[in-house]
Amino acid sequence: MDDKLVIRGIEFRSRLWVGTGKYKDFEETARAIEASGADVVTVAVRRTNIFDNRSENLLDYIDPKRYKILPNTAGCYTMEDALRYARLARETGVSDLIKLEVIGDEKTLFPDACATLKATEILAKEGFIVLPYINDDPVMALRLVDAGAAAVMPLAAPIGSGLGIRNPYNIKIILEQARVPIVVDAGVGTASDVALAMELGCDAVLLNTAIAGAKDPIAMAEAMKYGVMAGRMAYKAGRIARKLYATASSPIEGML
Amino acid sequence: MKLMINGNETVLQGDLTVTGLLQSLQIEPARVAVEVNMTIVKRCDFQSHALKDGDNVEIVNFVGGG
Repeated sequence: MDDKLVIRGIEFRSRLWVGTGKYKDFEETARAIEASGADVVTVAVRRTNIFDNRSENLLDYIDPKRYKILPNTAGCYTMEDALRYARLARETGVSDLIKLEVIGDEKTLFPDACATLKATEILAKEGFIVLPYINDDPVMALRLVDAGAAAVMPLAAPIGSGLGIRNPYNIKIILEQARVPIVVDAGVGTASDVALAMELGCDAVLLNTAIAGAKDPIAMAEAMKYGVMAGRMAYKAGRIARKLYATASSPIEGML
Repeated sequence: MKLMINGNETVLQGDLTVTGLLQSLQIEPARVAVEVNMTIVKRCDFQSHALKDGDNVEIVNFVGGG
């Protein structure tokens, strides 16, 4: 079945994208990613530990030849900081992709829409493949596409909340209007949330905490893999319309 | 020469390039990006970029994140 997601000429073999944060250790990270079947992994940019140079590097466990590395600008609260992190990320030489996050509020970690829009425009002009994280806002999604976003990543719910898709109708509107792939990012809690995102017609789902924070992250990673597959297949198959009243499955004809 | 490296004041002897600094810190250059005084030093310039007393150096790499 040829059902590949392509963003700016890059082919993705999985529609499940996963983060690498909050795991017990790098070994567990690697095992969970393997079990999830994901080929995109997000990473953060942080200061190198200059006092312990023997400390292991994440990329020793996540081979950039095997996985597409999607650096983020997590933790940035201004456009300037986000640009700085994005440029540093690209300088490591593994990827032109950037998951652009400019946070506007500490408690909700909701994005700063204005700063995200400006940063998208600048980074797209610099040749980045910009994937901005935004609220489930259809108008903002269009503005970001105009600004050069290669895909748009609306949140399902606040980062790490596990609430699932809070506003499927907005996601649906974003899907109808946007001319780029839509990746639901953040807030999913379990496999059914992922399946719902895919059933709505999203192109991919990005998650981290739902796997890393599960009691058994490896098993949850596998559940997410099947959630994405099931949701995508159901979307392609075309679900029945919702009706208020019953329609019998067994014929009336031939009844005694 | 006094350098600020990742927020830590560090005193180092002699002339140093970015390559030399990474060597002295035993950091693999292939895995990091380097900024000196808020400006990125391209990997191809690591060997030629001489550090000066008082430079503010940031060395970053990828860590787990979502």
